[in-house]
Amino acid sequence: MNNTLKQTPTTLWKCGKCGGELQRGSVKASYLGNDFVVEELKCLNCGLVLITEELALGKMFEVEQSLEDK
Amino acid sequence: MLLMDQDELKKQEAKCTQENPPACTASCPIHVDARKLMLDIQNQDLKSALATLQKKQPFPGIISRICDHPCEAECKRQEAGPAIAISALERFCVKNQTKIVKAGIVPPKSQTVAVVGSGLRGLTAAYDLAKKGYKVSLFEKADRLGGDLWNFSDAQLPPEVIVEELSVLNRLNVQIHLNTAITQQDLAKLQEEFNVVYLGLAAHSDEISELLGEQSWIDPVTCATPLPGIFSGAVVGNDSPIKSVADGRKAAVSIDRYLQGVSLTASREGEGPFETQLYVNTKGISPLPAVQMNDEPGGYTSEEAVQEAGRCLNCQCLECVKACKYMQEYGSYPKKYLRQIYNNDTIVMGMRHGNKMINSCSLCGQCAEICPQGLDLGETCKATRESMVSKGKMPPSAHDFALRDMAFSNSEEFAMSRHQPGHDSSQYVFFPGCQLSGSSPEQVEKVYAYLREKLSGGVALMLRCCGAPADWAGDQTLFQSSLEGMVAELESLGKPQLIVACSTCHSVFREKFKGVVSLWELMADLDLPVQGAVINGSILAVQDACTTRNEPIIQDAVRHILTKLGCKIEELPYNKERTKCCGFGGLTSFANPELAKKIIEDRISESTTDYVAYCAMCRDNFASKGKRTVHLLDLVFGTDLDKAAIRPSVGFSYRHENRAKLKRTLLHSLWKEAPQEKDVAYLTVNLELNERVLEIMEERRILIEDIQQVIELAERTGRKFINPDNGHSLAYFRPVKVTYWVEYQPQEQGFVVLNVYSHRMEIVEESHE
Repeated sequence: MNNTLKQTPTTLWKCGKCGGELQRGSVKASYLGNDFVVEELKCLNCGLVLITEELALGKMFEVEQSLEDK
Repeated sequence: MLLMDQDELKKQEAKCTQENPPACTASCPIHVDARKLMLDIQNQDLKSALATLQKKQPFPGIISRICDHPCEAECKRQEAGPAIAISALERFCVKNQTKIVKAGIVPPKSQTVAVVGSGLRGLTAAYDLAKKGYKVSLFEKADRLGGDLWNFSDAQLPPEVIVEELSVLNRLNVQIHLNTAITQQDLAKLQEEFNVVYLGLAAHSDEISELLGEQSWIDPVTCATPLPGIFSGAVVGNDSPIKSVADGRKAAVSIDRYLQGVSLTASREGEGPFETQLYVNTKGISPLPAVQMNDEPGGYTSEEAVQEAGRCLNCQCLECVKACKYMQEYGSYPKKYLRQIYNNDTIVMGMRHGNKMINSCSLCGQCAEICPQGLDLGETCKATRESMVSKGKMPPSAHDFALRDMAFSNSEEFAMSRHQPGHDSSQYVFFPGCQLSGSSPEQVEKVYAYLREKLSGGVALMLRCCGAPADWAGDQTLFQSSLEGMVAELESLGKPQLIVACSTCHSVFREKFKGVVSLWELMADLDLPVQGAVINGSILAVQDACTTRNEPIIQDAVRHILTKLGCKIEELPYNKERTKCCGFGGLTSFANPELAKKIIEDRISESTTDYVAYCAMCRDNFASKGKRTVHLLDLVFGTDLDKAAIRPSVGFSYRHENRAKLKRTLLHSLWKEAPQEKDVAYLTVNLELNERVLEIMEERRILIEDIQQVIELAERTGRKFINPDNGHSLAYFRPVKVTYWVEYQPQEQGFVVLNVYSHRMEIVEESHE
């Protein structure tokens, strides 16, 4: 079962709502009163934004931690 | 404790003696760092050894050969064998390493100093002052420098060494006037010609009396004479070379201050020999004999020297650091930590790098117990957490999960108070606490039945959290409001006496609710249940809960119960008032899970014997790392001990479930109340979770409920991602402050959960619908 944890490559994900392909687009992110705009994969029709495990536990976590210590 | 200001910081810092010098250095009149010297010799780094000597000794080749070594009399090694042969080792160094490190010279100054006499006082003062850039002239009545130095035997102090060592004065541009005796008349001239005159002679000596006449009173602290600009030796006699050197150095300090126009007397307490405050624990150190020299006149060989230096205890305090994984984690000791914590708390702009350190302490109080001065670093950590919370600077990720767990325990899901069935008043109220209820709800039922049977006057039951997580997290507002909730509940029951199963609850309630009693105290006095486990003299090592540190009555009661049960007790090296936390205290496992793991590993490696704990968290934490540990209640109620010892720790989700189930079960079975089922759609979402996923959930602090909410929302709204290749779905939900992501696959009866993760940052979606 272990291999099931390896997440499917991100580009393979499609919007479950409209079936559309995901594309990079600007996304507003916010933490502890700090706002930024980042480029992430999203469904341009429905607005759903994909945050992958790698991003959530990697870069995003780092930024959260440093904002918490600011 | 109030938050640290500068004064409080200094007071706390002063309690930590680690930075105080070792006894050898403190007793040396010029504070040679003998401890470092011993390390240099052990490392066979004689260049560094010589530099260590030269840092304090003006002419190491001379001083190291003739020093009367008062250090050895104070050496702590004497508590386990003879003192380290520091003097012989110094001789070894200067005999085997002669290349002197060049003295650094500062830019020359215009002021002039006349030094009269070239014994050790005069030589030292001339050297020190020349190094500071003063123009020094040295007057010696004989035809060579050195005075009494020439009286040592050639074997001890070869003449060529004197000449070579003193040649440093030429390099420092000291003007040397040999065959120049100074009379009282000459002194007047010198006084006119030079800014300062130093008489490098023993105090009260005939020569001083001749030169100064009635003005021969000398200030023992500053070496100043009543005559302006004239300084003199303040130490009587010439029998201790190292005291003469220190005397010359003291004068040089005064002369430098005099010429700079600053106070001669301010902060000079540290000069000369003193008694160090450094605490050194020599308990358990095996005695070692001094290393003998094969060739006494030749001194130590390299091998012998390394061996003798190896006997040095490298005196340090570090008592608390030796005992505590947290102290070790940050590579330093409390004095340094206090400063870091203070700086972290007072920073205005910039990164607070100390946050994690402050939040990682288990606040268990072990350091205060072990420290000879009673320094409690946890107290400072806790006060600082409170300050961080009040300033809005507490990192939300540190304690958020633990506080939500507390909120759960104080919600309708778990919290309840009832009189004993069939009673409308209560003499007692049993408070099992949230962790025992989360870990072993069946034990709570058994204890409650036992108490109802043994005690009369009505035993009420109160389920909720004591509030410790809020206290540990530094959230005083939440903690106080939780306590107020407790007060209200107790009042509604008519203020019965509290019986607590958890030591943490006990420590929280001790001050607030008079008469609170530990379940163990009570059990020690009552008959134990008849179904007690068959123990037959097996040995168990007792893990004292850290929150009983100052509760010997509870610790003794536990041992009493164990003895009554026929159990043999093994005491762990750190027990009772010196016990170690299991990694849960102070919310360490939430703020720093990696450290909590190390704390557990450390504690369970103290003995190979099975452990018995009387705190559910201690038991679960140890069991989670494979240590066979039973809970005291497993023994009391006769559980299958082999099974109990290896029962895995209960995960966060199931702790919730156990608590909620306990309430429902008890309401149903004892009070015949129909429990209110929570009527929310997501609870009906069926999940299939394999072990690996459960492990990840535990590590990432994601609950079954969080996953159910994600899937319920995604399936209801269709807002999710799909992988057309394998049919996996990926969706998220953000109940409040954390966004949870779940990768899953629908199946007949529900959903197979494939992966979960979360982030705290919020993504603001622009809806296009």
